[in-house]
Amino acid sequence: MTSPPAVRTEALSCRFGEIQAVDEVSLEIPHGAVFGLLGPDGAGKSTLIRMLATVQRASSGDAFVFGSSVTREPHRVTPRLGYMSQRFSMYPDLTVAENIDFFATLRGVPRAERLTRAASLLTSMGLAEFAGRQAGRLSGGMKQKLTLAVTLMHQPDLLLLDEPTTGVDPVARREFWRILAGLHRGGTTVLVSTPYMDEAERCTDVAFMEAGQIRHRGSPQQIKQLVPGTLLEVAAENPREALAVVRRAPQATSVHLYGDLVRVLWASGADVKELDRWLSGQGLTATVRPIVVDMETAFAFLADVGVGGGEPR
Amino acid sequence: MSWDPEALRGTPVNPDAAISVRGLTKRFGDFSAVDGIDVDVPRGQVFGFLGPNGSGKTTTIRMLTGTIAPQAGQALVLGEDVIRHPERAKRRIGYMSQKFALFEDLTVDENLRFYAGVYDLPPERFAAQRRYVLEMADLIGRENELTANLSVGWRQRLALGAATIHDPELLFLDEPTGGVDPVARRQFWDLLYDLASRGVTLFVTTHYMDEATHCNRLAFIYRGRLIAEGSPQQIRRDFISQRILEVSVGDPDAALQWLEQAEGVAEAYLSGASLHAVIGSGAQGRDELAPWLTGRMREAGFADVRAVEVDPTIEDVFVNLVSRQP
Ligand SMILES: Nc1ncnc2c1ncn2[C@@H]1O[C@H](COP(=O)(O)OP(=O)(O)OP(=O)(O)O)[C@@H](O)[C@H]1O
Ligand SMILES: [Mg+2]
Repeated sequence: MTSPPAVRTEALSCRFGEIQAVDEVSLEIPHGAVFGLLGPDGAGKSTLIRMLATVQRASSGDAFVFGSSVTREPHRVTPRLGYMSQRFSMYPDLTVAENIDFFATLRGVPRAERLTRAASLLTSMGLAEFAGRQAGRLSGGMKQKLTLAVTLMHQPDLLLLDEPTTGVDPVARREFWRILAGLHRGGTTVLVSTPYMDEAERCTDVAFMEAGQIRHRGSPQQIKQLVPGTLLEVAAENPREALAVVRRAPQATSVHLYGDLVRVLWASGADVKELDRWLSGQGLTATVRPIVVDMETAFAFLADVGVGGGEPR
Repeated sequence: MSWDPEALRGTPVNPDAAISVRGLTKRFGDFSAVDGIDVDVPRGQVFGFLGPNGSGKTTTIRMLTGTIAPQAGQALVLGEDVIRHPERAKRRIGYMSQKFALFEDLTVDENLRFYAGVYDLPPERFAAQRRYVLEMADLIGRENELTANLSVGWRQRLALGAATIHDPELLFLDEPTGGVDPVARRQFWDLLYDLASRGVTLFVTTHYMDEATHCNRLAFIYRGRLIAEGSPQQIRRDFISQRILEVSVGDPDAALQWLEQAEGVAEAYLSGASLHAVIGSGAQGRDELAPWLTGRMREAGFADVRAVEVDPTIEDVFVNLVSRQP
């Protein structure tokens, strides 16, 4: 007999009054996946994660974590979970070290392991020198890092992470993903929601959620292949001006600013050289180069399609 | 390096700048959260304030908005001395704090009304500003909705509206787009550009490095001290000396592990869908960097590898600046 997947949901739904936050989601997450949950704000990602974490009741449907039902046997689910919510906060009057120790004790991490693991996590999160500071006196991002450290103290079979890196600086974000990669190699299954598309690239599987439903799922590679046409990057002296000019080109299906570069999705079949001609025809000097579609582009494209194919403003 | 951290030290504060600061210092006990910073922010600019977690960004903003008092230094905000007279500039500045400054149990309209009250806006000015803000934030028709029911992206726009209800000349934004999805983030920056084009000075912190590129000027703070300042172009040119290869490969995770161990590679990380390999000092002088690396990677089994040398991004500089510090 094959072992059940890490997560399987069956028409899982959650309704708050008028709002259908999660709408009959049927989803499977294989063992050992790093599964990224993407989608616009308010798509229902947190609610879906909260149901898997057994802290939110489903209105209908069910979900199974390693084969156990979250609605009927939550006591079998929770010991295998690590859950980091957007709202969780530490005890502000306990120090960094005390908070870590307190929560690790709750999760039954043995003392010797607690000490070594805490030390290594604090170091990689850049918090080592602040171990004695009260949690309430940390900066916003440092609090978030402390929450990460607490979540990673025990090594559960399934990690549920709801926007773990919001407010975390780029260097620490990298460290965090290095730790996740290590857990992944050790066999942990990870479900993570994130607004950072560079993090989505690092997932083995992603799902794009909108209005309570999973609209697309696949490897990042497969999701990116949903984007039709060629992605072109335009570098110009005045990017805002270039943006306006490019937006008027008939072959441009989606145009936006990324940093100080203009990114254009050029209709499939249309000649890429046309953009050069269009730009010079409009009196603009700029260099154009084709680039690989990344998750940032895919996200914007999928979000656009979802709202009826409209252009982003 | 063309930036001189001492250039402003000891010079008089500049009353024409939107913000002018000398030797600004904030200690909590014996810990210096902000440690003698000197900076001038010209009027009408979008000024990005970057730095790792806990480096002193929020603390600086709290001093500049007159929320907390420094132990030492001078600070002019819109020409007013915020240390001696913290109340004077208050009506001319707006502040969107890192934590939400909105009442979740109030409606959209009630939140705006609350802020209008804070700034003592006369009714006719409130009516006009309210209309402008609702239009800007695209909240027309949702005036009576409970703030708690708005998604993160909408709430951020409302918070921006609340922070600008009194039409300030200078706006402090502390991580305004934290946790906001990529599309809503772009729309939010369109709003910021709109404000900037009307002459409002913006002082913004962010951990999204693509947003940093949207700023006219950037400053990096590290452990309470400024370690770099300039336009995004200057920062990318002057604050990183190492060359960078952009590596595209089918299995980036395996390639990353390989690159992290590879001789001649100082650092490697994901950047968008590709990898960035920062070339170590030993190999810096090579002419043909890309073939040198791809050759070795092919031998190691990465048959589909491609590499090009690229200009550093702001993110490259950020990582580099931080890892270079003692
Ligand atoms: N009331 C306080 N008591 C003690 N230390 C404090 C207090 N407020 C802030 N600090 C410390 O000052 C330092 C700077 O904090 P600050 O909030 O300014 O950082 P930040 O750059 O805004 O970081 P982030 O990117 O995480 O928001 C941190 O080490 C923080 O712990
Ligand atoms: Mg802060």
